[in-house]
Amino acid sequence: MQAIAEGLAGGRGGTALFQDVSFALESGAGLAIVGENGVGKSTLLRILAGLLPAARGTFELRDDEGAVLIAHEHLHYLSHRNAMKRELSVHDNLDFWKSFSDPSGDAGGLSAEAAIAAVELEGIGHLPFGYLSTGQQRRIGVARLLVTRRPLWLLDEPTAALDLRSSRLFAALAEAHLDDGGLLIAATHLPLGVDGVETFDLAMAAVPDTDCDDGEVWM
Amino acid sequence: MKALFWRDLALAGRAGGAAMLGLMFFLAVVAVIPFGVGPDLNLLGRIGPAVLWIGALLASLLGLDRLFQADREDGGLDLIVLQDFSDLVLTVLVKTAAHWVITGLPLVVAAPLLALMMNVEPLAGGAVMATLLVGTPAVALVGAAGAAIAVSLPRGGLLVSVLILPLCVPVLIFGISSARAAVTDPDPFWPPFLILSAITLVFAVIGPVAAALALRASSD
Repeated sequence: MQAIAEGLAGGRGGTALFQDVSFALESGAGLAIVGENGVGKSTLLRILAGLLPAARGTFELRDDEGAVLIAHEHLHYLSHRNAMKRELSVHDNLDFWKSFSDPSGDAGGLSAEAAIAAVELEGIGHLPFGYLSTGQQRRIGVARLLVTRRPLWLLDEPTAALDLRSSRLFAALAEAHLDDGGLLIAATHLPLGVDGVETFDLAMAAVPDTDCDDGEVWM
Repeated sequence: MKALFWRDLALAGRAGGAAMLGLMFFLAVVAVIPFGVGPDLNLLGRIGPAVLWIGALLASLLGLDRLFQADREDGGLDLIVLQDFSDLVLTVLVKTAAHWVITGLPLVVAAPLLALMMNVEPLAGGAVMATLLVGTPAVALVGAAGAAIAVSLPRGGLLVSVLILPLCVPVLIFGISSARAAVTDPDPFWPPFLILSAITLVFAVIGPVAAALALRASSD
């Protein structure tokens, strides 16, 4: 599988943030998007996920024969929020997302128990999600990526709330995902610690201030 | 999709309060009317169906703004919006159905009991229940579109009500006229009741599609 971005440009609230972002990732490759706060890392991720339209350019997922895939069926998007209900138990939350993202059940992936074990939080599956600490909640957020197998992971600050040990745990999970032929694109300002991940500085693609007056409308 | 339906029901059970809010409001509105109007039983019996319908309509508007907001706050809405458009429409329909079961169905069940308080004849009370059963889903369905438009606003509840109240007026008119026709002799019951059913079916098609479009547009 390949993830190919060509000449992507985007912005927020009428302000252009970046332009001419191009990259191509093969199976097993990762990309860490770095840059200062406000440079547009999250915006770029949301454009890649298909949640925001790109002002210019394209992002495509292709299978090994080169056919274009329906991107949203092959990607996991983890924003800075974890998409879990505070009132429901951790186990029920993961079970729900497993059946929601893979209703037919043929995509594969870990069971909820196995995913909880994979993020080393055995024994808390019965607790309501809201009872967990911020770092534990984030680890459960990462566990959601494991319950349904999807090749491309789009992660927004995956390690921001994690302690050192949990960050290493995340890195190990991400490396296992890459070894399995997956792809990973993460926006981060912390070192990911994942082997085989290239770094892309979004500041290099920033739109110079003077270009803002050319009358173009950016969304 | 079944999982989504049961999860939303479970959430309403765990979170409590929210599900009962509409019912309590409905009870409060109907309970204070006799104090305001006075103890004229004939008058109460005559305006009863209308009071029940207005109370149920306003109670259905309460809490509509939370339909998608909770999912937006925890980030789950992103994953819902990421689906194919047809799946997104279906998801909206399922969420709306769950919302109606939580907030609309209790109103329908409570209506005959409250009809007794208003001295409404049993037959008219049954007619109110039947029309609410058919009519309140229409409010939830068109409300889903309003809730989707207001989802990114911090206090969108008022906006949702203002947006969808005009669209609910036909539901109210045909609901009350068919409930009243059940007891006033020359008026036929079925024509307004069937128009009410038709409105619900139309909103069942338009509401989720409009809501899905609005959710797509607001996914920043």
